[in-house]
Amino acid sequence: MTRWLQDNMPKIVLAPSFIAVMVFVYGFIAWTAWVSLTRSRLMPRYEFDSFIQYERLADSPRFETAMVNLAIFGTLFIVIAMVLGLLLAILLDQKIRTEGAIRTIYLYPMALSMIVTGTAWKWILNPELGIEATVKGWGFANFEFNWLVDPDMAIYTVVLAAVWQSSGFVMALFLAGLRSVDEEIIKAAQVDGIPTWRVYSAIIIPSMAPIFLSAFIVLAHLAIKAFDLVIALTGGGPGYATDLPATYMYAMAFSRGDIGQAASSAMVMMLVVFTIVVPYLYSELRTKDD
Amino acid sequence: MKSYVLSTASAIAVCAAGAVSADGHAEAEVLHYWTSGGEAKSVAVLQEEFAANGGTWTDMPVAGGGGDAAGTALRARVLSGNAPTAAQIKGPAIQEWYAEGVLADISSVAEANDWANLLPASIAAHMQCEGTWCAAPVNVHRVDWIWANTEILAANGIEMPTTWDEFNAAAETLQAAGIIPLAHGGQAWQDATVFETVVLGLGGAEFYQAALVDLDPEALTSDTMIAAFDQMRTMRGYVDPNFSGRDWNLATAMVMNGEAAFQIMGDWAKGEFLAAGKVPGVDFTCASTPGDGYLYNVDSFAMFSVEGDGKAAGQELLAELIMGPNFQEVFNMNKGSIPARTDVDLSGFDECAQISAADMASTNDGGTLMPSYAHGMALFGAQSGAITDVVTAHFNSDMSSEEAVQMLANAVANSR
Repeated sequence: MTRWLQDNMPKIVLAPSFIAVMVFVYGFIAWTAWVSLTRSRLMPRYEFDSFIQYERLADSPRFETAMVNLAIFGTLFIVIAMVLGLLLAILLDQKIRTEGAIRTIYLYPMALSMIVTGTAWKWILNPELGIEATVKGWGFANFEFNWLVDPDMAIYTVVLAAVWQSSGFVMALFLAGLRSVDEEIIKAAQVDGIPTWRVYSAIIIPSMAPIFLSAFIVLAHLAIKAFDLVIALTGGGPGYATDLPATYMYAMAFSRGDIGQAASSAMVMMLVVFTIVVPYLYSELRTKDD
Repeated sequence: MKSYVLSTASAIAVCAAGAVSADGHAEAEVLHYWTSGGEAKSVAVLQEEFAANGGTWTDMPVAGGGGDAAGTALRARVLSGNAPTAAQIKGPAIQEWYAEGVLADISSVAEANDWANLLPASIAAHMQCEGTWCAAPVNVHRVDWIWANTEILAANGIEMPTTWDEFNAAAETLQAAGIIPLAHGGQAWQDATVFETVVLGLGGAEFYQAALVDLDPEALTSDTMIAAFDQMRTMRGYVDPNFSGRDWNLATAMVMNGEAAFQIMGDWAKGEFLAAGKVPGVDFTCASTPGDGYLYNVDSFAMFSVEGDGKAAGQELLAELIMGPNFQEVFNMNKGSIPARTDVDLSGFDECAQISAADMASTNDGGTLMPSYAHGMALFGAQSGAITDVVTAHFNSDMSSEEAVQMLANAVANSR
């Protein structure tokens, strides 16, 4: 008996969480997929009705805006946060005196929830309260910075706030990566008289490839599921100019009583995640086989 | 812990239900979203009356999202087979819930109390599902109000506008005088509120009915609709640059403190004026928006099919009290709306409410009493949402009116 327990303990301990994940994650994904193929309105109905919801989604200018916004937001957010994070990490890696304090300062925005970040930036960017009003108060009467209320520019304020929140975290990731590079190689390079920028570009950064990948995955999923930041910062507005797929789904499911639309947009979101995660998983699994 | 508390609470509730329903004692669990100060006070009136008539009231207020959160809670309750006895639902959502087969029939109360003759015909129609009565109306909010700062109008020699051209002329005068003509909050539902008053004002009730209630494609792409979008574009020039995302009550405050002259908003705005100690006719002026007609937003309670004599008795008592003259008077005086039944003495109400009641009676006779699309009285959620998307997209961009009507027709077709 003890012997049997010893052998099977890991399975017994894992079983409840495994079942919970199967039901509450994969089971509900399957349920959502099913509902997305019905004409569910206020309440879920289970009569199959082909791809009508996906056709409606394709015809919806609002969902198109949401997808375009996701592309703009996702690309800019990931690229800027990574570049800025890497730059900060390299600067911090120069063995400066107050590194601990500075690192904490840059990392702190991560401790705030997206709602706080969104609300704070809403006030900072508000033309009548924040930056524009302040600069005008200094006497530059023609100064304009109204991205928040400009439908064409509002999505970039979301990028700005998200980058502010996350680049410190990316910096910490990269800093750990920089520190893990073999000192000997760097010293050897310095002995050979190779300039510092070449050391970084040719030795250190290429050897950090796994860190780039993890940073990318973390940032990508933050971008795709971004919801609270938009709600707090712009509320999806002006109009629906800063709608993202997640806010679209929320509006359909909870304000409009259009569960079929919500389910189909959720499935599209999941496909977007898959296109990013599947190549990652594939590469991970392959390296293990080697 | 949380689930423990919940299960204990529901166990107690079940025991209580068992104990009282045995002797046919009236009880009701009421799901509603009146949680802010004035609203909570208003619903407490109903609660007290219910208790005074020997009933047991279980309150289930769900705050947030202008009823969205309450709708989600209701769906969860109904799906799990545990519907509340009564829930605050309005407009075509009542018929949508009826189609799901979960609403109870309260015809006996309605017929015994002659609701059909007490309510304006179009409002009574909202309370009926395939010939039976399935909901009880609480109040009538008028949506097509224009509120003005009396002092500013007097100082600039402006009368309350009776046509949209007059409104535009007044707005030009005000703009030249350095006053924001229109206080507005750039949220989709507020854009929709202004839009529907413009459609009603420019097109008249018949056009409004065809376009925003019957969704007639010809009306949606007509020249009148283009003119309505043109007027929206003009009015976009009358709001301040910082209007995006502003809450409606902040826009009301702008009118109050003289920053802006007009606001177009339902009569819940009156509550803001009154709460700030402003007097109608002296500090602020109320009038219907330019044009004829009346847009109503009626709150109501629908009863759900539930087991138990006690609950059925509770539903009947609740329905009777909701339509009772005393509750209709006290509640609506608190809430800023007017009674849904037409025989309530209005002498205690302010002058805006009296205008509203008189107009409701006259538009009912004239057939121009119309449901508000922006406030979920005319269409299903998906349809009104699709229209609102176009309205707000047009208002917040440089889209032309011709493009807007085309987009409107497509969106409506896509929402069916």
